[in-house]
Amino acid sequence: MTSIWQRIRGRDEPELACVELVELVTDYLEGALDDRDRSRFEQHIDGCDGCANYVEQMRVTITVVGRIEEDDLSVEARTELLAAFRGWSRG
Amino acid sequence: MDTAESTFTPPPGQAELVAALQAGDEQAFASLVDELGPSLLRVARMYVSSRAVAEEVVQETWLGVISGIGRFEGRSSLKTWIFRILTNRAKTRGEREGRSLPFSSLGGDGEGDDDGPTVDADRFHDSGRYAGHWTSAPSRWSELPESRLVGKETIGVAQAAIDALPESQRTVITLRDVDGWSSEEVRNVLGLSESNQRVLLHRARAKVRRALDSYLEGDPT
Repeated sequence: MTSIWQRIRGRDEPELACVELVELVTDYLEGALDDRDRSRFEQHIDGCDGCANYVEQMRVTITVVGRIEEDDLSVEARTELLAAFRGWSRG
Repeated sequence: MDTAESTFTPPPGQAELVAALQAGDEQAFASLVDELGPSLLRVARMYVSSRAVAEEVVQETWLGVISGIGRFEGRSSLKTWIFRILTNRAKTRGEREGRSLPFSSLGGDGEGDDDGPTVDADRFHDSGRYAGHWTSAPSRWSELPESRLVGKETIGVAQAAIDALPESQRTVITLRDVDGWSSEEVRNVLGLSESNQRVLLHRARAKVRRALDSYLEGDPT
């Protein structure tokens, strides 16, 4: 049963739906949710396997992306730069 | 000078690195080139038409660094200073090529017409007692073997998904999650608001997650 205070405040701790949670996951991981929203978020994932898995999938995604090797400067460009630096440092 | 710079504390090791560069330490210069090279290329790509032009802009940037390092006083981060040189040069080149500035099409919500939900609507019940809840819950990836999860092929799938992203999303996810930048660094270099940066990152990560999901589970979402 809702208490009178909950009814007066109306939107006291409305339950987050899964469809809403998935759009908050980056704000959550970035630490951008305020205390109230963070606790709603955490309460939801404590009780919802689907969303807990979704958050975990996001964390894994970040890890996998972190393993990508970036495209680098060409060897020629690098050699040229080092020569330019050497030229400069010798005045 | 703006207040952010006047209260600036250089990151640990920056003073030593700058001193080494100013003293002509080639090793220090080479490792800086290797460390920042990929991100410089990535950011330059946003302003100009081709990889070849981007590579030229990066070259010019390093030449600018070489000629300016003697006067660098450490009132901003070395990285921010180098990227400022890059974006100035890249903008000039981009203008000459008649390209519009990156992010100029960004609305308040981050990416023009790309503002739908990040998970397919049909993954959720649209009415009834379970409205808004999963129709089929995401699976636990932690149960998959590690070798599959972070295997070469999986990483390739993530790479392909990133390559397919709109430019601004691709740049943000690459700088944040591939190169490991902080959100503050990304915002400074790209001139993005906190919320735009987050929206772009959110959309980008969600699309990569989806690609991995299809690959790992053979799931058509």
